[in-house]
Order: sequence, then structure tokens, then C-alpha cells
Amino acid sequence: MPMTSPNPPFLLSVNQLHAGIEDKPILKGIELKIKPGEVHAIMGPNGSGKSTLSSVLAGHPQYTVTRGEVWFNGKSLLEMEPEVRAREGLFLAFQYPVELPGVSMTNFMKTALQEQYLHQEREPLNAKSYLAYQKQKQAEVQLDSRLGSRSVNEGFSGGEKKRNELYQMAMLQPKLAILDETDSGLDIDALKIVAQGVNALRSPDRSFLVITHYQRLLEYIVPDVVHVLYNGVIVQSGDAALALELEKHGYDPIKARFQ
Amino acid sequence: MSQDVLESHVNSEYKWGFSSDVDAETFPKGLNESVVRALSAKKQEPLWLLEYRLKAYRQWLNMSPPHHWANFKYPQIDFQNISYYSAPKKLPSLKSLDEADPELLKTFEKLGISLEEQKRLTGVESQIAVDAVFDSVSVKTTFRETLAEKGIIFCSFSEAVQEHPELIKTYLGSVVPASDNYFSALNAAVFSDGSFCYIPKGVRCPMELSTYFRINAQGTGQFERTLIVADEDSYVSYLEGCTAPRRDEHQLHAAVVEIVAHTRAEVKYSTVQNWYPGDADGKGGIFNFVTKRGICLGDHAKISWTQVETGSAITWKYPSVILKGHNSIGEFYSVAVTNNHQQADTGTKMIHIGKHTRSTIISKGISAGKSHNSYRGLVQVRRGASQARNFTQCDSLLMGDQCGAHTFPYIELKDSSAIAEHEATTSKIGEDQLFYCRQRGLDPEQAVALIVNGYCKDVLNKLPMEFAVEAQKLLSISLEGSVG
Repeated sequence: MPMTSPNPPFLLSVNQLHAGIEDKPILKGIELKIKPGEVHAIMGPNGSGKSTLSSVLAGHPQYTVTRGEVWFNGKSLLEMEPEVRAREGLFLAFQYPVELPGVSMTNFMKTALQEQYLHQEREPLNAKSYLAYQKQKQAEVQLDSRLGSRSVNEGFSGGEKKRNELYQMAMLQPKLAILDETDSGLDIDALKIVAQGVNALRSPDRSFLVITHYQRLLEYIVPDVVHVLYNGVIVQSGDAALALELEKHGYDPIKARFQ
Repeated sequence: MSQDVLESHVNSEYKWGFSSDVDAETFPKGLNESVVRALSAKKQEPLWLLEYRLKAYRQWLNMSPPHHWANFKYPQIDFQNISYYSAPKKLPSLKSLDEADPELLKTFEKLGISLEEQKRLTGVESQIAVDAVFDSVSVKTTFRETLAEKGIIFCSFSEAVQEHPELIKTYLGSVVPASDNYFSALNAAVFSDGSFCYIPKGVRCPMELSTYFRINAQGTGQFERTLIVADEDSYVSYLEGCTAPRRDEHQLHAAVVEIVAHTRAEVKYSTVQNWYPGDADGKGGIFNFVTKRGICLGDHAKISWTQVETGSAITWKYPSVILKGHNSIGEFYSVAVTNNHQQADTGTKMIHIGKHTRSTIISKGISAGKSHNSYRGLVQVRRGASQARNFTQCDSLLMGDQCGAHTFPYIELKDSSAIAEHEATTSKIGEDQLFYCRQRGLDPEQAVALIVNGYCKDVLNKLPMEFAVEAQKLLSISLEGSVG
């Protein structure tokens, strides 16, 4: 297998990806290419494989890849352990962030950042500059500094958990951020705050893959490309207008066409 | 990853498993009255102590080991196949370390235990006085003079018998009578050394006191005794550490610790127990049968036990507090980790006798591999202990699905104004928690260490700082290979 990507202009290149859980196939030949700085949205009805795609890209051990390849920043993603993918700059904002009782946010993020720096052969931050960095990032995503001193996600409200994911994203500065149904369970105000946070993190060298069921989030995070995932395959791609069309007609026409 | 990762268990390295080639005098194996007499003679003990030993020995002969109720299995211990005394021939003198066997000094150096009177860690203000016990004898007790200036007695048990017989006579066996249980009777008959500590009235001990136990010789047991007496209005924080070489056979450690706290005295006793746990297949390891008990004799006295138990093939211990004085306080904070084939049956007893007595129990059990981890606790409020209060929190954490966690709480309330609260949880290190950590760039072992340390935070916070750091590292090492 070649060690460098055949598609250098792409940050992420997913080719004929097949994956599933135990013997049940879920993804059945995903094709997806994302350039640096682009924002892609993946929409689709429930059960189409949206969350599976984000889990497989991040390396969740529950899923098995049966075919295909994924290139990330010129390296073969599927050969990496989940933690190596993270250190290489892939970040997943979880739909349901887990609680880690007794583990302080500071300790957690400091360890994560340290690992990333080690991986990138950079000098780790000392305690003082780490705290300054942490403070700056908390301000950037408007995370209440009190949350920063608590245990990871423990006793956080739904909105606070999502904002905490954004904060971690801001801290780790990924090349690709995958947002897995970040809008689920958020009211409109919380949604706007999260979207603002994401927009603030947009940059020419950071790409986003926004996974959502509803068009609503895309009013605030305007994507460059919208894909429709149905039954494990991307059946349609287009610009932001595609999301509006889906909003208008629902997923039924898609289902009828690709059943 | 996933289930098989949580289950797959490789050998975690026991870093203290080396043995030392020290020229030693060792009794032949076997136990009978003449062995008890020989031991006592060796230490030139007064007659009353020999009689105390012999009485205990005769009681022991009529007792049976705790097979029937403890939640573990172990082979019958052949008490005739153990040597009851082993001591290095060349010990340091009181004044100088020069006369000691260099191997002996090297051993403690390797273990990170300083026998010189200097700071153990740079940057840490506090000094620690150490009584280093090697097999059956105390090798060296540091900072004795500094402590003596304040009237504090800190020396080996054998020395205390010679130099402070009145104190020993008053307090020996006053908290844990020889007849208390099988192993306390055995200990009373054959105990060889240990530490003695007396804090006079109104004195706050200026440094942490500690005893470090090292088993070295093959085929021996270690039977030591610790006695701590805190007189009125005094305070002392006491630490205990222990390690042993990696050996294929089981070795027995049967210790007794007694604490007496007089009016308004406070004793904080912390243990990091790191005896050799045996290998991944359950071969070898220390059998740790220990009786630890304190009594709050006076009003407003306080005794606090904090333990981090990571070692031993079998751990059997219930550090307890008898709350006799009114308004006295007993605390028990425990982290017990078992991995591979280790078995732990540990917990506490809080006996409320005085009025307005309070006790707190926080127990965190962590089981991995094929190990079994039991919490066994008794909260007893006697009649007349009005307004007594207890709070118990008992959490179990499971890693993988071949280990077991068990909880046996006993609550006996004989006073209607008493309140006892009991909370218990059992959880598993979830695959989702691990994945969340890995997605942020932590490898699985770091993730487990972080999650486990977070889980034990309430207890680790109770340890003196330097000890807490050691304990955190130890937890990570004990669980090494429990994921990967």
C-alpha cells in the first residue's frame, strides 16, 4: 500500500468505504473528498449511516471496515489507532459527550495537548503557558471558566457539553473537525452559540464535516458542499441550496428515488 | 480494543520484585513453644513479654483460620514451613550506617527509602522520619534525636520494649487483644519487630512518621507490630509502605497495628500497600492478613485510616476505629485495586460507643483481570451512643467481565437516635469513556489511569501530598496491561 496519498489537494479522501457493525453492513461505498478549509455537511434520514461514518473516521473499535481506503493529510487513516488519528489532527465533536467523574477538565486537556505536542515533536507547554492558553481558548468559545475547573462533562447541561466540545476543539486546533449531530438536543439559542463558536474556528487550514439531520444548523454554519447520505451511500451532492431543497421536500423524494 | 482489550491481561511489571543477597541469621522453619522462647530470648525480652507471647501461642493453637466467612479461597498455610525470624547479621549502629551490610543499604536506596536524615524529595518542605524494617528487624529509625527534643518517642518496637517498658506494658494488646482473631494471636506469639511511636501531651508532630516494611528472605513470614499512642491534644500523621521480592511461593505477612488516641488527639494513618501480588497466573505473592485497629479513648479524639491497596495475592484487613470518647471521629478512606488473580477482602469497622460520635467510610474498589474485590464493613452503634452518625459510600469499578466486586455492609444500630447512611455504586469503565479519551489523543493506558485516578480522587486527596503522587503512579502501574 502506498504511504502517501494519490490526491494531495484533498485533506480527506474517502474511497469506496464499506463498514459495519458485527456482520451488518452500514456504509456501502462512501466517496467523499474534502479540501483544506472547506465545510462539508452530511445530511440524511435516520439510520442512513451518518453517525457510523463519523465513528469509523475517528476509529471507534465497535465498527469494522470491510473495504475501501481513507487518506487524511496524505496518510492512510484506517491504519492508525484512534489516538494517533487525533494527534494527527482529526477531531470528533461527540453527539453524546461522556462524563469522566473526578477527572478535571484541566488535567484532561493538558494530557491531550501534551500527547499532540509530543507527536508533532513540539516542545510541550509549561504549566504557566498552558494555563494562559487555556484561559484564552475558554474566552474564545465563551466557556464559563467554572466549567473548566470541573470534572469532564460531569453534571454539565446538554448545551454546556456541546460548548465543552467546541472548547476542546479550540484547544486542540484540528485540521479536520467532525461535528456529529452537534445540534441535537439544543434549543435555538444554544444552537446559535455553538454555530458562532464553529464559525469563529473556521480557517483556510481547517476543514469541517458537519453531520446533521436538520437544515436548521446550516443556516448558521453555511457549508461549501452538502451531501445526502442514504442507505450507506452518498446519493446526492450540491451546494448550500441542496439543504434548503431537502428542508422543503423532506427526505421522501430521496427515499423514493433510491429505495 | 473493545471487550477483548479490556479483558486481555498481560503481566504488569512489579518494579520492587528484586531480592537482595544479605547475610542473615534465620531461624529454622517451624513453630512451637521453643521457637517462641528463642525469639523472646533473642530480643532479651522481659519475662512478662515472654509470658504474653506464650499465652497468645496457646490461644492460637486452639483457633482456626478465617476460612468460613472471608470471600476468598487460598491453600492451607503450612505454619511449620515458615521461618519466624530472619535478620541481617550486620545492622547499622545508632550512630552510623557504616557498620551495616552494604547490600542492606543498597536495598533501601533502590526502594527510594532514605536512611540518611535528609529531605526525600527536593521541593517538598516536610521531612519524613523513617523506621525501616527488613524481614524481622528494624534496620534504622531516622530523626530520632530531632523528635526526642519534642518528647516524641519514635523507635523500633524491640527498642521500645527495652527503653519504655511501662508504655509497652500499658498499651500492648489494649486495642487488639491477642485472642482477637487467628492472625492477631499468631502475631502476638511471634511478632519480631515493628515501630513504636508516642506523642506527648499537646505536641504536634513536626514531620510525617513512617515505617517501611520489606520482606526479603525466602521462606519467612513477616510478623510486625506497630503501636502508636497519641496523648491528649497531640497530632501525628503516620505513613506505612511495603514491598517484597518476586517469589514463586506465597509468603505470609501477619501484622498488627494498634492506635490509641487520647482526649482531643488526632492520628492520621496512611498506608500504601504494595506487597508482591503474584504473577499473571496467580503464582506466588504475599498473603496479607493484618489487624489494624484504633481507639478514640478520650472525647473529641480522631483517628483516620487512609489506605491504597494494590499489592498482595490476598488482602485481608479491616482498619477499624472504636469510638469510645464522646464526640470522637473515625474515618476510613480506601482504594483497593485487584488485578490478575488477586483477591481482596477489605473494609472497616466503626464501633460507636460514645455520644455524638461520627464516622465516615469511603471505599473505592477497582477490579480487573480475574480478580475478586470485596468490601466488608461493620457500622455498629451501641446502646447509649446517642446521636451517633455514620456515612458510608462504597463504590466498585469493574474492568472487563471476568472480575468480581462484592459488597458486604453490616449495620447494627442499637440506639434509636443514631443515623447511618449507606450509598453504593457499581460501574464499569465504559468503552465509550475510553474511546472519548483516545479521540482526544490519549493512549488506552493513559485513559485508564486518568479514569481510575479520577474515580479515586476523594480518597487520594486524603493522602499526604508526596504519598498521593506515589499512589497515583502505583495505581497506573497496577492496572498496566488491563487494557492495550
